[in-house]
Amino acid sequence: MIIDQVPQRIVPAPCNDEAPLLDMRGLRIEARSGEAWHVIVHGLDLTLRRGEVLGLIGESGAGKSTIGLAAMGHARPGCRFAGGSILFSGRDLLREPAAGRRALRGTRIAYVAQSAAAAFNPAHRLIDQVVETAVERGGRSRVDAMADAKDLFRRLSLPEPETIGLRYPHEVSGGQLQRVMTAMAMVCRPDLIIFDEPTTALDVTTQVEVLAAIRSVVEDFHTAALYITHDLAVVAQLAHRIMVLRHGRLVEEAPTRTMLEAPCEDYTRSLWAVRTLEKPAEPEAPCLLQMEQVGAAYGARRVLDDISIRIERGRTVAVVGESGSGKSTLARVITGLLPPVAGAIVFAGEPLPAQTQKRSKAQLRRIQMIYQSPDAALNPRHTVREVIGRPLEFYGGLKGREREVRTLALLDMIEMSATHLDRLPSELSGGQKQRICIARALAAEPELMICDEVTSALDQIVQAGILKLLRQLQTELSLSYLFITHDIATVKAIADRIVVMHRGKIVEQGDKREILAPPHPAYTELLLSSVPGLDPDWLTRLLAERERDGGTHATSWPDRLPKTGNRHV
Amino acid sequence: MGSVAELLAKRLVFGIATLWVISLLVFSAVNLLPGDLADAILGQGATPEAVAAFRAELGLDQPVASRYLNWVADILHGDLGRSLANDRPISELVAGRLANTVRLAILAAFIAIPAGVGLGILATVYRDRPFDRATTTASLIAISFPEFFTAYILVALFSVTLGWLPAVAIETRGGGWQQALREIALPALTLALAVVGYVLRMTRAAIVNVMAAPYIEMAQLKGASPLRIVTRHALPNALSPIINVVIINLAYLVVGVVVVEVVFVYPGLGQLLVDSVSKRDIPVVQACCIIFAATYVLLNLLADILSVLSNPRLRRPRQQV
Amino acid sequence: MQLWLKLMRAPLSAKLGMAIVAVNVACVVFAPWLAPFGETEIVGQSWVPGFWGADVQGAPATWLGTDHLGRDVLTRLIFGARNSIVIALVTTILSFSLGITTGLLAAAMRGWVDQILSRTVDLMMGFPTLIFALMVLAVIGSSIPAVIGVIALLDATRVFRITRAVATDIAAQDYVEVARLRGEGMGWIMRREILPNAITPLAAEFGLRFCFVFLFVATLSFIGLGVQPPAADWGSMVKENSAAISFGILMPLFPAAAIALLTVAINLIIDWTGATAGGVHDDH
Repeated sequence: MIIDQVPQRIVPAPCNDEAPLLDMRGLRIEARSGEAWHVIVHGLDLTLRRGEVLGLIGESGAGKSTIGLAAMGHARPGCRFAGGSILFSGRDLLREPAAGRRALRGTRIAYVAQSAAAAFNPAHRLIDQVVETAVERGGRSRVDAMADAKDLFRRLSLPEPETIGLRYPHEVSGGQLQRVMTAMAMVCRPDLIIFDEPTTALDVTTQVEVLAAIRSVVEDFHTAALYITHDLAVVAQLAHRIMVLRHGRLVEEAPTRTMLEAPCEDYTRSLWAVRTLEKPAEPEAPCLLQMEQVGAAYGARRVLDDISIRIERGRTVAVVGESGSGKSTLARVITGLLPPVAGAIVFAGEPLPAQTQKRSKAQLRRIQMIYQSPDAALNPRHTVREVIGRPLEFYGGLKGREREVRTLALLDMIEMSATHLDRLPSELSGGQKQRICIARALAAEPELMICDEVTSALDQIVQAGILKLLRQLQTELSLSYLFITHDIATVKAIADRIVVMHRGKIVEQGDKREILAPPHPAYTELLLSSVPGLDPDWLTRLLAERERDGGTHATSWPDRLPKTGNRHV
Repeated sequence: MGSVAELLAKRLVFGIATLWVISLLVFSAVNLLPGDLADAILGQGATPEAVAAFRAELGLDQPVASRYLNWVADILHGDLGRSLANDRPISELVAGRLANTVRLAILAAFIAIPAGVGLGILATVYRDRPFDRATTTASLIAISFPEFFTAYILVALFSVTLGWLPAVAIETRGGGWQQALREIALPALTLALAVVGYVLRMTRAAIVNVMAAPYIEMAQLKGASPLRIVTRHALPNALSPIINVVIINLAYLVVGVVVVEVVFVYPGLGQLLVDSVSKRDIPVVQACCIIFAATYVLLNLLADILSVLSNPRLRRPRQQV
Repeated sequence: MQLWLKLMRAPLSAKLGMAIVAVNVACVVFAPWLAPFGETEIVGQSWVPGFWGADVQGAPATWLGTDHLGRDVLTRLIFGARNSIVIALVTTILSFSLGITTGLLAAAMRGWVDQILSRTVDLMMGFPTLIFALMVLAVIGSSIPAVIGVIALLDATRVFRITRAVATDIAAQDYVEVARLRGEGMGWIMRREILPNAITPLAAEFGLRFCFVFLFVATLSFIGLGVQPPAADWGSMVKENSAAISFGILMPLFPAAAIALLTVAINLIIDWTGATAGGVHDDH
């Protein structure tokens, strides 16, 4: 990896000679399922020195959040400590009485949660929550603590640092709340902060601001941190050292640069599996669906404006944008759930009736939809047989033996087998569930499949599998996809054309290569540049570039750009 | 405009609409009778002339709409009509009894609401400990008992066995407030026992529900003490459901008195209603129903309004930043 | 097998609840064989004490003594189980059929159907149940079908609310949208997509509503507007014998205790299944 021109971030090298701040030895944690307890963290060793940032990374079920909470001596309801020790500056949290553990929390070890919107108490003003620990238990005066909090707000580049604390949580956007929560963690100047996926719920452009803010205060105060995430690129920007976890066990541990440049384990490499996929260019094809200047509204609120899109047969159009950009609304308009208020949709040369109810069975059959969460898209009471069999019967009139044969053929197509026929969704893995959803759509023999964030709820390696499957099905069956996503890596892996949306309008559209190569319109530039690169210096470089271009403070840039939707979660 | 004002206006309109529909229902109840009131009162043997004269006297010869309007106008002026059974003005009949019922309900509320809310909060502080188990089981039993069972147990205990309190609450003139309190004690206690159970369980449920929220875990991770977590972090968010619980139970008290009054032969509105139903003294039934229903509707309206006002999300709608 | 294991692992309170329910069911089914005397058979003098009291001349040995007309109380209790429980059960089933159908309809159709049904129910729930029942019974007169009809209708509003809430949550799921987009009819969506997922919460609700209806019928009978003599019924047994309590005769406590026992038992079972949030009856 070539890193030129940009000065490397100065890493305050943690001193090796002093005793570790946090030292977990042989930590075992068990979780209850029904009557039995099973181990979810298998004898983990973890050491963290003062001022060091350690990234904990792994996919769902790796036990990383459980370990993060264990560092505070806390086990969620339904979990328990089953062995080992957790030494925090020499005191074993597992042997400490409850009052002793409580005394450390908030003052010496602080926590930043994934969803700030849920973790702030809706009944109190932000400032009261930020200073609570400092005043109640840190022995500071309220005035002093509030002045300090405002200073932290300023350092974290929050707008209106003097007054933002007077608001209630629901009056502040998600990205800002996350920074207020960082201020709350910082206010007692703890030795250690646990960051539990603090940017996962945010849009990429907001994520950059929060990451930059967190990094600057952690470095300023030389605070040690456990940074928990599933996104290697994110943690690479902050951590000195990374531990990769899987099923409650350590896979590998290395300094950040080593981990990215020369990972030892295949599993580690699979964490960026999707980034390695790229769909080759394909020639133009005849048009299947055409939207002409379509507009849509919820009541009086216009949510889509002047949308013109062409989808070719056997090709993929990816629609990218952040939350609130209207990309999912686009899917609702095409399926007829939200009839457009302007424009027309032409499908296979015929105008498509606006409402679902007005469409013929044949028209419904030819457009199928796949959803983000297979859990929500599969009826928990229907077996695989019923799920796939119903469209076969409904559209094709297949019954009995014929239906069974066709169901098995579809299962085979999605690389599953007859053993899954009588399973309920709860007996399948996340990836298998999504495959069943794909099979259900295929059973209708559609020409267009609308895929709404179909991979974003899945682990990387599973995502890669689903994307490969979709590509293969496209070549075999000449399917067209409208692929809605917020993830640029996914776009590279599946798209032929790209449509960039922002606030209900199309910002830019065109061939994949065209769109991904500069120059970009301002919003596309912002969106693309905010996607973290697998490079520890990516954030440093980005902030430097933005500062150079804008000449203002690095994190105040959004004001100069078309305003991104301020999300009030 | 402010969404709170809008919400409150909506609730208010709905409350008024409910009252209106109730008045229609109560009014039409009489008109649904086979034949009409005059037939019903005079019976099979009456001559057509007598029925016609009586009908004119009751105003039954006028069109339905004008009869309804007159009826509503009369009620709003405090004229509830005359009893069929003894021809006395109903407003006279009702006045003293209403006061008795209100007195009973208020006393029961004074015992039950603070006890219920207080025990409910304590049960969450000591959640899953013996105190919590004991109170929740006891409250489950209390609310599973029909009121008359509780009442008779209390009577058997306090009047029959111990002889402390009278078993029937027949109004005695004079005797001072101690005497009055002695008479009202058992009915009030019966009502209070049922209500404590409900309030306790619902208060506990409201707080426990809030205790599952991520911001409670956050408070634990900030090192707050269990007591502070319940009082400072959970309670403010459970306030709206708790206020609701309290007022709904007040509404229940007003209606629940009916049975308790029958048990203790307490001279209240409920007793009057039940007697009149047995006698099919329809105008009195109508009057009692209107009073009970109006109280119930108004209390529910109050619950709605207070729960809107106690919710910061509704009180301070989101601002564009 | 699994169910049996689950039952065996139930806490003592739930087992007790199940035992009480089983005894009650037995009384309903086998009343004529279990009861020592006939339903209206007069076996002695009024208010003869039972096994705990002194022997009274001319009275046959009875477990719980006799009532105000000299009928055997145990016999009346066993036959009373039939009336009290069957009436409550029929009413609950009726109110569930009505409430679930309309609730599912409102959730699946949305739009004006939902608006009309919901507003009507809101209005009906604004009216206190007991008062409404008293008024209707005052006008049409009291009879068992009238009692069942009125309570079923009133209770159906509560069932509607809960069904609609549960079904609306389910109807917002993507799998229901999938069915809509496939072009499925309203019947399929209600029966095959929504109902199977609503069954579990509704089953717990059935227990609660049964308790409520059962207490309600008993209360009406106690007031004198429910089951009419000479049929045996627990609520009216309490009423008929209420005068005895002032003489220190505990007889009216037996039928009242029978009512309380069954309600407690059902609530203990529901508590164990944990399907409910906390309040036993959401309203009165």
